[in-house]
Amino acid sequence: MTAAGDPDSAYVRMANLTKKFGDFTAVDAVSLDIRRGEIFCLLGGSGSGKTTLLRMLAGFERPSGGAIHIDGEDMSAIPPYERPVNMMFQSYALFPHMSVERNIAFGLEQEGLQRAEIRRQVGDILDIVKMGGFGSRKPHQLSGGQRQRVALARALVKRPKLLLLDEPLAALDRKLREHTQFELISIQQRLGVTCIVVTHDQEEAMTLGTRLGVMNHGRIAQVGTPSDIYESPVTRFVADFIGSVNMFEGRVSEDGAECVRIRSEELGCTVRAERSVHCVGGSTVWTAIRPEKINISRHRPLAASAQRADAAENVVRGTVREIAYMGDMSIYLVQLDSGRMMRVTLPNITRGTERGFAREESVWLSWHGSSPVVLTE
Amino acid sequence: MARLTSAAGRRLIAGIPTGWLLLLFLVPFIIVFRISFSEVRLAIPPYTPLLTFRHGSPALELHWSAYQFLFTDPLYVSSYLYSLKVAAVSTLCCLAIGYPMAYAIAHAGSATRPVLLMLIVLPFWTSFLLRVYAWIGLLKNNGVINNLLMSLGVIHHPLALLQTDFAVYIGIVYSYLPFMILPLYANLEKHDAALLEAAADLGARPARAFLRITVPQSFPGIVAGSLLVFIPAVGEYVIPTLLGRTDQLMIGRVLSDEFFENRDWPVASAVAILILLLLVVPILLFQRYQRRELEGAR
Amino acid sequence: MRERRLVPRVALVLGLAFLYGPILSMIVFSFNNSRLVTVWDAAHSPTLKWYGALLHNEQILGAAWLSIRIAVIAASVAVVLGTLAGTALARLGAFRGRLLLAGMVTAPIVMPEVITGLSLLLMFVALGQLIGWPKGVGALTITLAHITFCMAYVTVVVQSRLAGFDESLEEAAMDLGARPARVFFRITLPLILPAIVSGWLLAFTLSWDDLVITQFVAGPGSSTLPMVIFSKVRFGVTPDVNALATIMVLLVATGVAISTVWMRYRERRRARDLQLAAAANL
Repeated sequence: MTAAGDPDSAYVRMANLTKKFGDFTAVDAVSLDIRRGEIFCLLGGSGSGKTTLLRMLAGFERPSGGAIHIDGEDMSAIPPYERPVNMMFQSYALFPHMSVERNIAFGLEQEGLQRAEIRRQVGDILDIVKMGGFGSRKPHQLSGGQRQRVALARALVKRPKLLLLDEPLAALDRKLREHTQFELISIQQRLGVTCIVVTHDQEEAMTLGTRLGVMNHGRIAQVGTPSDIYESPVTRFVADFIGSVNMFEGRVSEDGAECVRIRSEELGCTVRAERSVHCVGGSTVWTAIRPEKINISRHRPLAASAQRADAAENVVRGTVREIAYMGDMSIYLVQLDSGRMMRVTLPNITRGTERGFAREESVWLSWHGSSPVVLTE
Repeated sequence: MARLTSAAGRRLIAGIPTGWLLLLFLVPFIIVFRISFSEVRLAIPPYTPLLTFRHGSPALELHWSAYQFLFTDPLYVSSYLYSLKVAAVSTLCCLAIGYPMAYAIAHAGSATRPVLLMLIVLPFWTSFLLRVYAWIGLLKNNGVINNLLMSLGVIHHPLALLQTDFAVYIGIVYSYLPFMILPLYANLEKHDAALLEAAADLGARPARAFLRITVPQSFPGIVAGSLLVFIPAVGEYVIPTLLGRTDQLMIGRVLSDEFFENRDWPVASAVAILILLLLVVPILLFQRYQRRELEGAR
Repeated sequence: MRERRLVPRVALVLGLAFLYGPILSMIVFSFNNSRLVTVWDAAHSPTLKWYGALLHNEQILGAAWLSIRIAVIAASVAVVLGTLAGTALARLGAFRGRLLLAGMVTAPIVMPEVITGLSLLLMFVALGQLIGWPKGVGALTITLAHITFCMAYVTVVVQSRLAGFDESLEEAAMDLGARPARVFFRITLPLILPAIVSGWLLAFTLSWDDLVITQFVAGPGSSTLPMVIFSKVRFGVTPDVNALATIMVLLVATGVAISTVWMRYRERRRARDLQLAAAANL
């Protein structure tokens, strides 16, 4: 991470990158800079264009428009077999008729290296992915986790300027996935390779990525660090796509320097949000509040008690309708007086249930002024 | 790979087989079509040219005589109808015998299934001609079946089995049965057992579940297997020649006789074109199925 | 559930008896001494005399040799053409002429043989008149005709094999720096090799077995084995054909038995490997 934060240090630069299949635009004028040494996660649902973007970087799809530069070099005319880019396929695509060693050596053989040198490099990379001793196995003799390591080693051994990973952990079971995530990060940091990861799994994207790009309908909806994306989504799509969120439509009633006030009929109270957004008084906006940022109490919170009931801010009444016990936390579905449901999560800090609320219990919900995010689109 | 191989390489990969088939499959049909509009004459080749040059300008000469001939002589019409009947009856027999067999294989244990499949396919690898020939020995007057029945005292005079419709049905069913069983098996094997369990759970008795769940789902297999039997059976030549009646010919035999015995190339060609017209719908249906099978995974 | 399975099981047993009964009777009567073929001559049977007669039948031996040569050449050329066509259909996406190729390649599989035979012969005649080649019909025209219908089957086998494995294997090879030609020879070809082998065997069998198309495009002096057999059996049963049939059935059965045992062995080895891999799961 040599020059993280410096916007001029774009190592991989996509400019207005577009891909059309007939009438369908899979990737729509995407401009994106990737920094040297980072793990950039492209996150999106199926059909969002993330895989097509990855395949254009690898050279399997020819862009309909725009350009790709890697380390200052234009990639347009360069076929996949000459690009300094390697890919780890979702299916791993290990050659079934070759041993692990032969699979890994395949890429090096194309470079015309000495046989001894190839053997040394294959041995080194097998040690790095902790697969030493498995070199003579065939792919079908390996477990899923082992195949994943071999696929990674096969791509890494080429020392690519850019490593592409297509859903790298999707084929692994949950326990193994978590373990592998951290190992992937440690290998990446050790080798310093720049990575782009495509995934539909937000948890995976958050853990792996130094930065994330959320894709929707072929466009990049937002780029930022995991906490940027989670805490400060810029659109309703991003807020809704990452984690769960309570979203209410409302109208800007007061646009102050430090805070905005939004009157929401759906919510049944005024929302005071401390962040200033550019919005015109009277315009329709949405407020998004994460479930874990909401307090739930039996009595009207003190801070709100001072306010007049009809002008209550950031506090609302409701009735607990459903409770889901998840072990580490509990989810409460609270029906507001307006009829809308609100989702609230509470960590189960203690054993036992003394903090728990009962179904059909009447409760107060409140939140801090820094919690709501105001979205204009 | 679509966008990766060089344009020249792609043209070569697709171009060579396409060129071969154009020359040895499509062009021949065009020639047959063309000759069917000629008249027979005593020359080499024995038909009139399609284009003649009169006063230096080309003139198209279309003769309908071959087709007229086919529709006026009842021999041809009855051969067509007879061929369709034989093919249809044989296909139904194949289906009736093949369906339970395919069903039994699909439900056999995983160890016996490949053995059973091999047993179904094995005869196909041995000579078709010899397998048809085997039935002559079984069916003829002093053949195995008649000898057996007579020695058992069931009959006193040999039954006329050979050179009958029955013998042709037997021959076609015997030769084409694997073509019915294999697509049926391929379909039945993919069925989800949970569907039948769900049907039973919802109160359907096994027979009803079979009729309402299994049969409708196996429809693509039934269609494919039936077409694989029906289409070649219509034009079958060897089986009716060796086992069939001498007073009623099938259309494939008629075509062959017109060509080899009468040396009437235009009529033989017209017969071929009319067979194709009868079969064009089944053939297109089969191709659609085949394409879906081969590309369905993609 | 049990009684419901009974009907198909009985049908299976009867069906298999139907398939194998005639073949067995042919084998039994090949050892019969009588000329009458189907009347068992208990006094002098079993005998090998028809096998001996077969060995001295120049006509049958010559025809068999011609059939083998034609089948080997036809199968080999058909494998090349069929592999090209299968690759084009499975891997080239939507290219111009795709529908044409796909339509032409599956048509010979179901086309009545009399039509294919007639059209090929008329084409050879027309071509001979036009450019003077081929000069008459014979082994050459038989081989060309056989290649054409054999390649259809090879195409189907290769195409379904290619559809069955992941295109990303080829992309991965290219991603690792292999040029298209190298990708084909190092990755694609080894993977479809089983399909190519079975395609070749299928093509060989079809060519070896074909009668109707061959009759149209054959000339004097180019009688293949099925043509010789056909002319013999057309007018009745002959005992040496029983012997010939027995030899062919035995050859095929042996070949299939060997390949089944081999496949079983490989399957068992694979199952053991999978168990090992599962045990080693990290």
